[in-house]
Amino acid sequence: MKKENRLCFRKGLQHGIPISLGYLAVSFTLGIAAKNAGMTAFQATITSLLVNASAGQAAGFTVIAAQGSYLEMAVMILVANARYLLMSCSLSQKLSPDTSIIHRLFIGFDVTDEIFGMSMSFPGKLNPFYTYGIILIAAPGWALGTCLGVLCGNVLPSNVVSALSVGLYGMFLAIIIPPAKKNKIIAGLVVISMLASYLTARLPLFSFLSSGMRIILLTIFLSAAAAVLFPAPEE
Amino acid sequence: MHNIYLYILIMAAVSYLIRVLPLTLIRKEIKNKTIRSFLFYVPYVTLSVMTFPAILESTGSIWSGGFALITGILLAWYGKSLFQVAVFSCLAVFIFELFL
Repeated sequence: MKKENRLCFRKGLQHGIPISLGYLAVSFTLGIAAKNAGMTAFQATITSLLVNASAGQAAGFTVIAAQGSYLEMAVMILVANARYLLMSCSLSQKLSPDTSIIHRLFIGFDVTDEIFGMSMSFPGKLNPFYTYGIILIAAPGWALGTCLGVLCGNVLPSNVVSALSVGLYGMFLAIIIPPAKKNKIIAGLVVISMLASYLTARLPLFSFLSSGMRIILLTIFLSAAAAVLFPAPEE
Repeated sequence: MHNIYLYILIMAAVSYLIRVLPLTLIRKEIKNKTIRSFLFYVPYVTLSVMTFPAILESTGSIWSGGFALITGILLAWYGKSLFQVAVFSCLAVFIFELFL
């Protein structure tokens, strides 16, 4: 491995630690959901290893619990994970055009909210090895947490689970706040996004939207509005 | 009775395709200014939308969640690292729920 790649890889491993800890907590609760859907620890763990999506897996487990059709499962995953389509489009622009197909196939395996956010905050074009470092630490945390959730769902005291579950949001804030401090457009967009998110989550008018759908629609609408009103942001 | 492993396979395949198709099909840099701006704004909007109000509902009460939100914003504003922001947000909830 080239020296630069090795450095990026190591940095990724480091930055993957808080993600992994956050995953451990979140996927723990997911493990409990899997158990309730009638899955074994082995089945739930390989699901986490292969799917790597909180909302998607939670949605999938409800289909399994209800013994829905395979088509229903496919559509459910498509909707619950559609935001990854947008993220991957963004991420494609963060890669240098001569990044090989192999790298693209590997990175695509684990585009999650957190790993996407971290990869986008990499200075300049993304070095795939940075993302690999994160994945190598974070993905096992996700799978292990799921496994533990199935095996010993109700052992951790509730205040510990409660505290661990904000770790992910702390990470999101660490990603969006520093650029918002420097750029007024991003700052305004963050505030408006949170307000819009709050309103659509609370108003009965929008209660027919699933949370995944809500995230997708708001992302498309607000990002498009910002792109039209404030084109060419500094990159 | 459906096969559980077939369910898992469908979940994995659909999730992977959603992620990998844009990465492999969009090889060139997009020149269009509006599309570039759109993609530039996507992560900030998505992460904001996912953080709020979900953070309020993720803990024992909206107050501890709100306390974590303010803690996180302040620490991130003053340039603390990702790890510090995440850990201190968790600690904020733990301490808050311990005393209140």
